[in-house]
Amino acid sequence: MVLMASSRHEVGTKSFPLLLYVLVPLLALGLQSLLSLHLSRFDLIDLPLLVTIYYAITQREPVSATLAGAVIGIAQDGLTHHALGIFGISKAVIGYIAASLGVRVDTENHGARLLVTFGLTLTQTLILWLLQRHMLGQPFAWHGVHEVIRAAVNALVGVVLFALLDLTRRTEY
Amino acid sequence: MESFFSRYRNALVLIAVLLAQVIGLAVQVRRPDQDSPDKGGVRLIRSWVVNSVTPPERFFHWIGKSIRGTWSNYVDLIHIRKQNKNLQSELDRLRLEEDSLAEDARQGQRLQALLGFKEKYVYQTVAAQVIGTSGTEQSHVLLIDKGSEDGVKPDMPVITPDGIVGKTRDVFRHTSQVLEISDATSGAGVILEKTRIRGVLRGDTWGQPEIINVSPDERIQKGESVLTSGGDAIYPRGLSVGMVDRVVPQPEGTLVNVLVKPAANLSRLEEVLVITTTGNQMPAEMQQDLSDAEQKASDVLAERLPSRNDPNLPADQQADKPPEGADADVLPPVRPPQALHPDHYTPSDTPAATELVPGQKITNAEGAAASAQESSTPPTPKPATNPGTSPANSAATAPKPSGSAGGSAGTTPKPAGTAPKPKAKPASPATTPAGQPATPPTNPPPPATTPQNPPPQGGA
Repeated sequence: MVLMASSRHEVGTKSFPLLLYVLVPLLALGLQSLLSLHLSRFDLIDLPLLVTIYYAITQREPVSATLAGAVIGIAQDGLTHHALGIFGISKAVIGYIAASLGVRVDTENHGARLLVTFGLTLTQTLILWLLQRHMLGQPFAWHGVHEVIRAAVNALVGVVLFALLDLTRRTEY
Repeated sequence: MESFFSRYRNALVLIAVLLAQVIGLAVQVRRPDQDSPDKGGVRLIRSWVVNSVTPPERFFHWIGKSIRGTWSNYVDLIHIRKQNKNLQSELDRLRLEEDSLAEDARQGQRLQALLGFKEKYVYQTVAAQVIGTSGTEQSHVLLIDKGSEDGVKPDMPVITPDGIVGKTRDVFRHTSQVLEISDATSGAGVILEKTRIRGVLRGDTWGQPEIINVSPDERIQKGESVLTSGGDAIYPRGLSVGMVDRVVPQPEGTLVNVLVKPAANLSRLEEVLVITTTGNQMPAEMQQDLSDAEQKASDVLAERLPSRNDPNLPADQQADKPPEGADADVLPPVRPPQALHPDHYTPSDTPAATELVPGQKITNAEGAAASAQESSTPPTPKPATNPGTSPANSAATAPKPSGSAGGSAGTTPKPAGTAPKPKAKPASPATTPAGQPATPPTNPPPPATTPQNPPPQGGA
């Protein structure tokens, strides 16, 4: 694993077809909504979060990653009954952190992706807990083991999903 | 200054985005009616998201349903006959149960009418397919494929045949959000069926419904049914919610929470019913069903209960021989046994009010005959007869002629050979068996009834 900023230049800049920037988040939202209905424990996985992390660590642009995270998060809020902005804030922060990490860490490595996704999933839960429990005063229980399991599951799924999404991008040197 | 913005551009953008969303959150949370559906820009954003996500979901749902429909319609027909037989027997059993409950239901209606209690009956429902969820553990929300164009409005109860599911929240043109009872922000008024303890149901942090802030009570047992109480003005009273799972003491305080296992399988919902119209009067269809159920249940009982008649014996050797002139397929009415001691309270013994004279002792022919016999014969144990009834009613209390198919005690006596009344038909005191109008008796007796046909009771 290369933990140097110069690694960015070694892997080059990644870009995606424009349509994918819209379709992939929408597909993630739709699959999240649909599969949670038929698979009882699918709600452990957070596909919009994984898409946010992937775009952030491949684009390495904190501004665009922050905006993308905010938009995806607000869209995810739209499917819930919560106030708009809870997932928007958390995913904006996640996008910013992931993009900042992508500048400094070689996120092409599967091991690095696993760790980054694991940590960012826990971070998102922490942000949600702070927002809902302490800012909005809504019920939100922190179950430690459950959250670790959720982060591990998301990390594993993320590695596979990221490898699939890698097939759609083109490298620009 | 320019270098400051360019240097901290990323952080400033993050702060600006977060600040904007925090302000947006504050505006939404500050609304006094937070639980009501969203309005304005928030509703617009939700509408965009839902309308973007639901069309593919509808498509995939349609494909899955088509595949399942093909399987169930053409392939999976192996045990249909056996299943049909089982369902038929279950239907008979349910009819009997319904019969036993029908009278209680009517009595309950009368009492509720007396008390001015407004019962909510379900008049109209809209069937909807569940096409998606919120996709997160923090929000137990379903998406259904019916919206405002189908008559759905916010805060309408959503049920399945097994039990309640939740209520509609945001309603769009062709889609609606349903807030499940397992969500931590939901609320439903419920009552425990046996102990009659009332409470508020909502979801816990794991998504299991619980009745919160209940006083500890040893009578609350696992398996007790939980019903809607109707106190929330959303769910009609008496709908099944689930069963008591266990009682959990609250960490602080002396109250307990009662965890409920929902009757409807909330994790495997495919079709739900949205109750769009309710009313205070029992629907005519339901009343008809209730009446039919009584009739059909008596038929089922007649088929199942052992009969005194042996179908293998000839007709003249049967225990219940039909009277002469009666139709062979008509069973004689069930008559109560003759009273050993005619009492003062037998309805037909009471003279008509028009014949009573204030201050005069009531006498009747039987009483006079008994007095005469008493004076001419040695004293014998005398039945406690009515001190007196009017002569006009002597026939009503006179011994009935043998073979009379007439009504039971208290009915107008009929001559022998009269055709018995058809089974399960209330006797009409105003007509003779031949269909001729009977002469109105001086003291019209009450309509003859059989145990199988309780007299129709008027509403309170």
